[in-house]
Amino acid sequence: MSQVCTGSSGAGGVRRSMGHLSDRTTMLTCAVLVSAAVLVVGLNLLPSDHALHVGDATVSLLGKYFCYMLLALAVDLIWGYLGILSLGHGAFFALGGYAMGLYLNAQGTNIDGWQAWLGHFPLMALAVVLAPGLLALVFGWLAFRSRVTGVYFSIITQAMTFALMLAFNRNEMGVGGSTGLTRFSELLGMPLNSHAMTVALFVASVLAVLLAFVICRMMTTSRLGRVCIATRDAEARTRFLGYRVEHVKLAVFVVSAVMAGIAGALYVPQVGIINPGSFAPLFSIEVVVWVALGGRATLFGALIGALVVNWLKTVLTTEMPDAWLFMLGGLFVVVTMALPQGIAGLAASMRRQKGGAVHE
Amino acid sequence: MSRRAIRDLWRAGIVLVLVMMVPVMMALPGVVHAGDQISDEQARTLLEGLDASGFEAKGEAVERVAASTASQRERWLQALLEGRLARERRGDHFYIITDDGGREWPIIDAITLEDVGTGSRRTINTITINNTLRTQIEGALAAMSLTAGDVKARLAAARALVGTVDAISVARVEDTLAEEESLAVREQLETALALHRVQQGDVDALETLRGHLDTRVRNTLVPLAEGDGELASEARGVLAGIERKREWHQRVQTLFFGLSAGSILVLAAIGLAITFGVMGVINMAHGELIMLGAYSAWWLQQLLPGQPGLALILAIPFGFLVAAAFGIAIERSVIRFLKGRPLETLLATFGVSLILQQLVRTVFSPLNRAVASPEWLRGSWQVTEALSISYSRLAVLIFCLVVFAALWAVMRFTRLGLEVRAVTQNRDMARAMGVRAARVDMLTFGLGAGVAGLAGVALSQITNVGPNLGQNYIVDSFLVVVFGGVGNLWGTLVAGMTLGVLNQVLQPWVGAVLAKIVVLVGVILFIQKRPQGLFPPRGRVS
Repeated sequence: MSQVCTGSSGAGGVRRSMGHLSDRTTMLTCAVLVSAAVLVVGLNLLPSDHALHVGDATVSLLGKYFCYMLLALAVDLIWGYLGILSLGHGAFFALGGYAMGLYLNAQGTNIDGWQAWLGHFPLMALAVVLAPGLLALVFGWLAFRSRVTGVYFSIITQAMTFALMLAFNRNEMGVGGSTGLTRFSELLGMPLNSHAMTVALFVASVLAVLLAFVICRMMTTSRLGRVCIATRDAEARTRFLGYRVEHVKLAVFVVSAVMAGIAGALYVPQVGIINPGSFAPLFSIEVVVWVALGGRATLFGALIGALVVNWLKTVLTTEMPDAWLFMLGGLFVVVTMALPQGIAGLAASMRRQKGGAVHE
Repeated sequence: MSRRAIRDLWRAGIVLVLVMMVPVMMALPGVVHAGDQISDEQARTLLEGLDASGFEAKGEAVERVAASTASQRERWLQALLEGRLARERRGDHFYIITDDGGREWPIIDAITLEDVGTGSRRTINTITINNTLRTQIEGALAAMSLTAGDVKARLAAARALVGTVDAISVARVEDTLAEEESLAVREQLETALALHRVQQGDVDALETLRGHLDTRVRNTLVPLAEGDGELASEARGVLAGIERKREWHQRVQTLFFGLSAGSILVLAAIGLAITFGVMGVINMAHGELIMLGAYSAWWLQQLLPGQPGLALILAIPFGFLVAAAFGIAIERSVIRFLKGRPLETLLATFGVSLILQQLVRTVFSPLNRAVASPEWLRGSWQVTEALSISYSRLAVLIFCLVVFAALWAVMRFTRLGLEVRAVTQNRDMARAMGVRAARVDMLTFGLGAGVAGLAGVALSQITNVGPNLGQNYIVDSFLVVVFGGVGNLWGTLVAGMTLGVLNQVLQPWVGAVLAKIVVLVGVILFIQKRPQGLFPPRGRVS
C-alpha cells in the first residue's frame, strides 16, 4: 500500500477528505480486530464459572455486531469515497441473508423446485454474491448511466428497498412471507446452536470484516480510490479529464453490494431469522448513521460507528425501550450538525492537537 | 386563504342540497291517500280469510286484504309475514304480537290497534305461512307502498318489485303503472313488468331491459339466454350490451378510485413539492408533519365530543398551524444550519422524524386512533347500479383540488410567492434586491409543513391515526415529487393523480401489493430515463 499525499487541493465548496490515513492506522485496525477475536475466543474457552468467561450468547451477539460492521464498511466505501448515499443497502444485506436462509431451510428437509438448488453450499455461496451483485449491477447501470445523483439516487434506492420489502412480504414469493425464514437446524452438517458452530461463525465474521477492510483499504489508496475521491468532490471535472465516472461508480457500487450481501449471509445463521424487516427503509438509513457517527471516508470509523450504535441499541432497547428512538434520532441530528467528521474526525483533531495516538 | 375557500365550498354544498330537496318537497302533497275506513265486521272477515285452512285460500285472502281499503292492512300483512299475526284460541279476536321474545308476548288488538295486555302460546295461535305465500305478501306489501307515501318510498317499493312480479301481482303492478306520475318510479315498474313478461316468453319486452344494470335483470336473463330460439339469442344480445355498459361504468368507478387515491398522494406530496421541489430541502420529517396534522384532528375531536363535524372543520386551520409551527421550529433549529448540504439535511431531518414519532408514541400512545367521520361524510352516492361514489373520497378529492388551487395562487399571486420564486431562482440576486432570504426560507418551510398538516387532517378521515402514519407516505411522496419534476406544482398534481389511477387500474390484475410494487419499479425506471421528471424545469435554474 502506498503512502498517499495528504494535501488534497480543495476546490471551491469541496470539503477536505478525511480518507488519507497513514498505514499505521490500517495496521492498528487490523491488530485491534485480530486481538479482539483472539480475546473473545480465548475468554469463551475459560470455564463457565470463571469471572471473565464470555458465554456463547455474547459471542453470537458480537458476531452479529461484526456483520453490521461489514455492512457499515460497504456503505462507507460508496458514501465516504464516492459520495453516493444509498438508502437501500439493507436490500443487498437482506438478499444475501435470504440466500443463506433458503440454504439453511433446505437442510435436512425435502424441498423441491428452485429452492432445492440453494441447498448446496457452493450454489448458495454463488447466490450470496450474485443476488446482491446483479441487482446492484442492473440498478447501478441504469442509475449512473442516466446520471441520477445526489438525493435523487438516495430516494430511488429507498424506493427500491421499499418495493423489495413489499415483494418479500407476499406469501406467493415462497420465502416465508412476513414471518420470513427461521427455525434453521444445521450448517455444513453441524448443528447451528452448538458451541463450535457459534465460535466458527464468529471467527468467520471477524475474518470477513478483516478481509473486507484490507480490500477496501487497498481499493481506496490505489489509483482507483483517487479517481473515486475525485468523482466525489468534482464529478464533472473528473469526467472532463477523461475518466469514465459511470464505470468507476458502478464497479465500486457492485463491490459494496456484494460486501453487504456477505454480511447478510453471515448474519442469518447467528441470529437465526431473516424476515422482510431487513428490507425496511429504516434499517438502511440506520446503517448510514453508524457510518456518519464513526466518521465518513475513514473505513475504521465505520467499524467504530457500527459497534457503538449497535451496542447502544442493545443496551437501550432492553433497559429503556422508549428512549431508543429519541437516542437514534438525536444521534442523526447531533452527528450531522455538530460532528460532521464523526468520532474518527474527533480523534484526528485531538491527535493533531496533542500528537497522541488514536484512541476512542 | 384556503380556509375561506373551504368555507365557501361548504356554503355552496349546502345550497346545492337545499335546491335538490325542493322537488321532493313538492311531490309530497301530491300523494294524498283517500281511504274509506271499513267497518270492524268487514275487517274481521278479512282477517278470518287469512286464517283459512290451506295456503292457497290464504293466498287469495292476502290479495283481498291488499285490495281492500282497510287502514290496518299494512300492519296485518307485515305481522303475517313475520309470524306475529295471531288469533285467540277460544274466540274471534285477532292480535298482533309486538314483541315475540320471552314467554308472555305483549299484544295489541289487530282491528283497533289498542294495547290489550299480553298473550302466550296457550291463549293465542299464530297464523303460519309458507315460502310461496311469503313472496306473495312481500310483493303485496311492495305494491301497497307503491300507492302510498312520497316519491322516495314509492321508488324503493318499485325497486323491490323488480324480479318479484308474478302472475298474481302483475295486474296490480299494471294498474299502479297507469297511475304513477314520477318518471323514476315508472321506469322501475316498467322494468319489473318487462322482466315478468320476458320470463313468460315475450321477446318484445326485452327491448325495455336493454342496458339495465340491475343485477336482478342480469340474473333473470342469464338462464333465459341459454339454449336456442329467438328469445335466447335476443337475451344474449341484451346481456352482452348490459355487460359492456357495466364494464364501462366500472371503468369510471376505477378512475374515480384512482383519482381519490391519487389525491391523497398529491396532498401528501404537495407540501414536499414546496420544501423539496422549490426550496431544495430534503425533509424526511415530512411524513411526521402529516402525522401531526392527523393527530390534531383526533385531538380536537376529543375536545369536542359528539361534534365530529365541527371538530373536523376546526381541524383544518388547527392542523395547518400545528404542523406549520413544528415545521418552522425544524427549519430554525436544524435545516438552516445545513444549507447546501442535501445529504446531511436528509439525515438530520430523518433523525427529527424518529424523535417526533417517539414523542407522539410517548405522549399519546403507540396505539392507532380512529377519528370519527361526521354525518355528511358517511355513506355514498349511488350514481347507477354499478357506480357508487363514497362521500369521504369525494371530499378528499375536492379538498385536494382546493388546497392545490390555494397553494398555486399563493405561489403565483402573493408577495411571499414572488419572493419564494426569486430566492429559488437566484438566491444572491434576490438578496441583493432586498429580499430577506432567511425569512423567506422560514415562511416557505412553514407553508410546506402546514400543507402537510392539512394532508394529515384529510388522511384522518381515510385511515386510522397512529405514530407510523407518516412513514407510510414518505417514500410515495418523494417519488411523486421526483416523478412530476422538481420545482413544479403542476407536475406534482399530474404525477400524483397518474400514480393513483395507475395503481387502481393494475390492482384487479395483479393484486394490491404487486400493483404498488409495479408502480414503484415503473417510477424508478422512469426516473432513470428522464431524471428531470415529467415536467423538467426549462432553462437553467441554479
